[in-house]
Amino acid sequence: MNGRITTLNRLQRGIVPLVLLAVFALSPLVLKQYALILLTNTFMYIILAVSWSMFSGPTGYISLAPAAFFGAGVYTSAVLGFALPFPLIVITGGLASFCMAFLVGALTLRLRGIYFVMFTFGLVELLLNFVLWWEVTVTGTTGRVVPPLGNTTVFYFMLAILACLLLTAFRLKHSKYGFALQSIGQGEEAAAHTGIHVTALKMNTFALSAFFMGAAGVVMATRWTYIDPRIAFNPTLSFLPVLMAIFGGLGQLYGPIIGAAIFTYLEEFLITRFPYHYMLIFGITMVIAIRYLPDGLVGLVQKAWKQWSRRKHGAAQG
Amino acid sequence: MMVTILDIIIAGMLLGGIYALIAVGLSLQYGVARVLNIAHGEFIMLGAFITWTLYTAFGVNPLLSLALCGPTLFLIGYVLYIVLFSRLRVRAASPGAYEGNSMLACFGLLFIIQNLAILIWGADIKGYSFFAFPVDFAGARFAANRLITLGFAIVIGLVFYLFLARTRLGKAIRASAQEPEAAGLMGVNIDRVLALCFGLGALMAGLGGALISMSYKIQPTMGLEYTMIALIVIVLGGLGSIPGSFIGGFLLGLVGSIVTYVEPGLALVAYYVIFMMVLLLKPKGVLGK
Amino acid sequence: MALLKGEKVTRYFGGLAAVFDVSFEVQQGEALGLIGPNGAGKTTLFNLISAALTPRPGAIYFKGRKITGLSPYRICRMGVARTFQTVKVFPDLPVLTNVMLGASFGASPGLSWGDAAEEASEILEFVELSAVRDTPAGELTLANQKRLEVARALATRPDLLLLDEIMEGLNPTEIARSMELIRSIRGRGVTIIMIEHVMKAIMNLCDRIMVLHHGSKLAEGTPGEIAASDEVIRVYLGERAHAGS
Repeated sequence: MNGRITTLNRLQRGIVPLVLLAVFALSPLVLKQYALILLTNTFMYIILAVSWSMFSGPTGYISLAPAAFFGAGVYTSAVLGFALPFPLIVITGGLASFCMAFLVGALTLRLRGIYFVMFTFGLVELLLNFVLWWEVTVTGTTGRVVPPLGNTTVFYFMLAILACLLLTAFRLKHSKYGFALQSIGQGEEAAAHTGIHVTALKMNTFALSAFFMGAAGVVMATRWTYIDPRIAFNPTLSFLPVLMAIFGGLGQLYGPIIGAAIFTYLEEFLITRFPYHYMLIFGITMVIAIRYLPDGLVGLVQKAWKQWSRRKHGAAQG
Repeated sequence: MMVTILDIIIAGMLLGGIYALIAVGLSLQYGVARVLNIAHGEFIMLGAFITWTLYTAFGVNPLLSLALCGPTLFLIGYVLYIVLFSRLRVRAASPGAYEGNSMLACFGLLFIIQNLAILIWGADIKGYSFFAFPVDFAGARFAANRLITLGFAIVIGLVFYLFLARTRLGKAIRASAQEPEAAGLMGVNIDRVLALCFGLGALMAGLGGALISMSYKIQPTMGLEYTMIALIVIVLGGLGSIPGSFIGGFLLGLVGSIVTYVEPGLALVAYYVIFMMVLLLKPKGVLGK
Repeated sequence: MALLKGEKVTRYFGGLAAVFDVSFEVQQGEALGLIGPNGAGKTTLFNLISAALTPRPGAIYFKGRKITGLSPYRICRMGVARTFQTVKVFPDLPVLTNVMLGASFGASPGLSWGDAAEEASEILEFVELSAVRDTPAGELTLANQKRLEVARALATRPDLLLLDEIMEGLNPTEIARSMELIRSIRGRGVTIIMIEHVMKAIMNLCDRIMVLHHGSKLAEGTPGEIAASDEVIRVYLGERAHAGS
C-alpha cells in the first residue's frame, strides 16, 4: 500500500527539514548583521503567512485579523518587558493571541463570506483605536520602549517559532483534522452532517494559528525597541500575509513560504532601490498576482510542469 | 440643555450627510457588482485632490469641480471594472471566491492609487478656505461650507435614488442585483451593467471627495478611514441597500456627534463597536428582518 | 419503542408553515417513504430530524432520547446520517477521503485515520465505487456523486439513514441500481426514511408511506393503502399530472 509510510521513509522525509534547520541555526556564525536582520524579517512574514493559511487556506474563511493577533503579542512584549524570562513572555504573548482568537472565533461562528472578512478587519481597527485612546487618556503615554535583545537572539527565537509552526502545520495538514478543515471549506453543512464538530475545529485552528502570530509579535517587538499602537496594530500586517500566501499558492504548505520569502526580498529590494515607488510597485505586483495567478506561483509551476511532462510523454509516444 | 441637544443633532446630520454620500457608492459596488471596494476611500481622495488642484491652481469654484470629478472618476471606475474585475468574475470558481479575490485586488488598487497620489501631490496635509464663514442655524453656529455639503449630499442622493428607481438603466441595474442570471436572459449585457455600477460607485466617491475637500483637511493617505466609515454605514443600513445606506449614514453621524460630545477620543472606537455588534447581531442591517 | 419519534413537529419560515404539527414514528428496521408535492415540507422535515433546523414548537426523539436542540454533528454521531437533495460531496477531495471523513468523525467512537481508510474501502466496494476511489469527488457523474453521498453517510455507521431524492435525475438503469443498493442497505439492518418522486421505487422498497401536503400530514399507511386513497390521488398524483410529469 502506498499510503503506509515506512520508518525509513519517515526518516528520509525528516532529513531535509533537519538539514535546513541546522543550516539556518549555524547561519549567524557566517552572516553579516544586515543579512541576519533580513532573514529574521523573512521568518516573521513566513510565520504570518503560513499560520494564516493554516486556517484560511483549507476553510476559505479570509481572516484579516493577523495584525490584531500580532499586535497583541507586540503589546504583551511591551507591557511585560523584563518582568518575566523572555521565553515565558513569548508563550504568554502567544497565549494572549490564542485566547483572543478563540473568543473572536466563538463570536463570529455564524458569519460567512464577506461578513467574516469585515469583522476580522474591524477587529484590527477597533483594537488600534481603543489602545490608542487608552494609552493617551488612561496611561498618558503614546509609545512604549521594549527592552532590546540583540539581533542574534531575536533570530534564534524567530527560527524556533518558525520551526514549531512548520511542524504543527505539517502535522495538521496530514492529519484527519486537516482533511476535515478542507471539507469545511468545500461544504460546511455537509461537513457538520458527516459528524465533524465544525465549530470546535474552526475555533481551535483559528486560535492555534493566532498563537504563532502572537509569539512572532513578542519577538519582533524586541527588535523594534520602540512601539506605539500604530506600529503594533498596523493594518498592513493583516493583508500582507494574505497576499503572500495567495501569491505563493494555498494548495501546498510551501506555497505561502515561497510567497512570503519572495515578497520580503522584493520589499527590501524596492525600499533600497526605489524608496519612493516601492509601495506603488508593491500594489501593482499585488494586482497582477491576483489577476494572472489564480492558483499562486506554486500552481503556475505545477501547471507548467504538467504541460511539459505531457508534451514529453506525447513526443515519446508519437 | 435644549440647545446642546439640538447642537449635537445638527452636528450629527452634517456628519451623516457626508457619511451617507460616501457609503451609497460603496453600497452600489458591493450590492450589484459584488466588489467590496476597499479602495473606495482612494477614489474619494482623488475627487478631493482634483478639486483642491483646480481651486488652488486655477481658481475653479469647487462646486463647479463636482461636474468634472464625477465623470472623471466614473471613467476610471468603468475601465477598472472592464480590465480587472470582469475577468476575475468570469474566472472565479464560486461567488464567494470572487468576492474574496476582488476585495484583495482592491487592496492592490489602494496601494497604487494612494502612492500615485503621493508622487503627484506629496504626502502633506492640504486644505483651502471656501465658504468658511459661520452661519447661525437653529440657534447654533456652523460653517457655511458644511451646510452646503449637507445640502449637496441630500440632493445628489435623491437624484441618484430617482435614477435607480425611475430610469430604464436604473431598473436594469436593480434587476442585475437581484437576479444576475435572469437579467442576462432578458438581454441585459451583464458585464456592461456591472461596469456601469462600479463606475457609478466611483462617481459617487468622486463627488463625495469634492464635497469633503470644501470643509475638511485632505491628504493622500486619508482614504482608508473613509472606506472604513463607508463600510460601517453600509453594514448598519444593510449590505447593498441604497436607502439603507442613507439612513445608516445619518445614524452613524448622530452616534459620532453624541460620542464626540461625551468623549472625543472614543468616536472611532464606538464606530467599530457598533460595526461589530451589527455584524454579529443583525447582519442584515438595523433595518433588516 | 420506536427508533425515531416526532411530536407535533412544526417549523415556520416567515409567516409560512413549512412543516406543521407533524407527528410520526419509525420502527427499528423499517423503511418509510416520504412523498408529497414539491414544497410540501419533506426536505424541511429531514432538516428538522438531522438538526439543520430546530422545530418550533415540537420535539424529536431518537432511541428514546430527546434530540431537539442538539448540533448536527452530535445527531450524526448518535446514528442519524443523511444525504442532500442537491448533492453536497466535498468536490476537491478524493472519493476515498470523502468516505473516510464519515468513518473518522461521524461514527461513534470515531476511527483512527488509518482504520477509516480500511472501512471506507469496504464501503466503496459495497456501493461499487472502488474504481474511482482516487478521483476528486466533483469529477464524478451525478449518479455516482449520489452514491458517494450514500457511502459517506453509511461510513458514519448510522442506525437511521435519511435519503433525500437519491434517484432524482438518474436514468432507468441507474434507478434500478439505486434500488438494489437501498435493498442491500436494508439488509444491513439500517432503518431508512426516503424522500422520492420515483413512485416505483417508493412502492417497491417501503414498508410504510407518509404523505405530506402543505407542511401537514395528509395520509399514512402501507403502499397499498396509499395507492388506493382517493385523497392522496387527488392531491398528490393529481398535481403531478397537472405539472405534466
